[in-house]
Amino acid sequence: MNEAFGKAYRFLLIVVLIAAGVLIERTGLVKYLSDPYEVHYTISLIKQHLWMVAVSMTIATVLGLSVGIIFTRPRLKKYAGVIMYIVGLGQTIPSLAVIALAMSFLGIGFRPAIFALLIYSILPIARNTLAGITAVSPWIIDAARGMGMSNARVLFQVEIPNAMKVILTGFRVSLVINIGTAALAFLIGAGGLGEHIFIGIDLMRPDKLLAGAIPTTLLALIADYLCGLLGFLIIPRGLRLQQEV
Amino acid sequence: MNVLDFMQKNADRCWLLTWEHIWIVAFSVFLATLIAVPIGIAITRNEQVAKRVINTANILMTIPSIALFGIMLPILSLIGHGLGKVPAVIALVLYSQLPIIRNTYIAIKNVPPELVDAGRGLGMSNWRRLKEVEIPLAIPVIIAGLRTAAVMSIGIAAIAAYIGAGGLGVFIQQGIARVYEEMIIAGAILVAFLAIFVDAGMAILENLVTPKGVKIARKLGQ
Repeated sequence: MNEAFGKAYRFLLIVVLIAAGVLIERTGLVKYLSDPYEVHYTISLIKQHLWMVAVSMTIATVLGLSVGIIFTRPRLKKYAGVIMYIVGLGQTIPSLAVIALAMSFLGIGFRPAIFALLIYSILPIARNTLAGITAVSPWIIDAARGMGMSNARVLFQVEIPNAMKVILTGFRVSLVINIGTAALAFLIGAGGLGEHIFIGIDLMRPDKLLAGAIPTTLLALIADYLCGLLGFLIIPRGLRLQQEV
Repeated sequence: MNVLDFMQKNADRCWLLTWEHIWIVAFSVFLATLIAVPIGIAITRNEQVAKRVINTANILMTIPSIALFGIMLPILSLIGHGLGKVPAVIALVLYSQLPIIRNTYIAIKNVPPELVDAGRGLGMSNWRRLKEVEIPLAIPVIIAGLRTAAVMSIGIAAIAAYIGAGGLGVFIQQGIARVYEEMIIAGAILVAFLAIFVDAGMAILENLVTPKGVKIARKLGQ
């Protein structure tokens, strides 16, 4: 049963890949990307896209982590529930709405786009940092205190490493959403791969459209994969082994 | 407030677009449930298969929505539906798979084995056990999956306005194109409120479908 399923799965993958290849050739994407000028242009759009993601993600990670850490400190712990609720509420707001609101308050261009992406990306990181640190078992923290660790050391050597897996999941979700939302940033004049997609839709040119859609998808998939690898690097080995058992 | 003025003057259109938005999302989530719940139940029999199916759904979820619309456009225009509601519904159904399959799978897996055994001991057939023991116990978690799917779908349906699917995204799309601020804000606020309302509504539903016994057990557990 398992073997048959595995075979069917691989067969399906190959069929999908071949169909994709045929489609790409048929829509003229190959021809489109053979034009040296267009290749150059697409690469510059990819760079712009990545730059947007990098800037907003860096700020969002710093802010999200700090919010998560600040509201798990004993003195502010009582507000953690409220913050969690607000963050949850924020996450239900559609990304296009956030982008549109950023535009109507801040105008068009790169900065409003960064602002919208940043606001939208903080939420999963803050939420998971809060949840992750709250879930660290009190015995471990007690043990650390008993060993005479200061509050700061408990935070950096016990709480954060133990919560790392959950925090990383938040980062991953946030990054993937960010890459997708950055494609919408074209609408408020920040460029990026959305330029190819939206102009392709407007002109009904599948080649141009796919030249934007495929790199966006690949970026998201690669980012997701890299975050998985990152997990191996920064989640402490003991915790990983514990999870496998 | 200019935005309120705008909404008042265009109340008909606001209702129409909201209604359209709700309809697209409701229809897609309904279709997605019909597909994903049986898959979620079926894969509880085989862990290897479950892993593969959930991974595939996970990859689908990773694809950015506007890119998925873009990729589907040339494929669906072969059958004459490149733009409009068809690609929007297909995309929403695909995106809804992950939360619903995952929640169904986890919920059914987490039914305590002693209850399943008790059902078996009562002489229930597989089908009846599923219907009377496993699904009632799993339903709150399944509804939670539907809730995630619905809220996410509302957001993606807004983007679908760009491929001509209608809905509240139209306000945002046209507002941006015309630099008509009131229109943009009205669209953004209506979509955001719709998402928040649906989220709250599904939370209530989640509570309603939780079997009484489970609630009592939860209280006792505390």
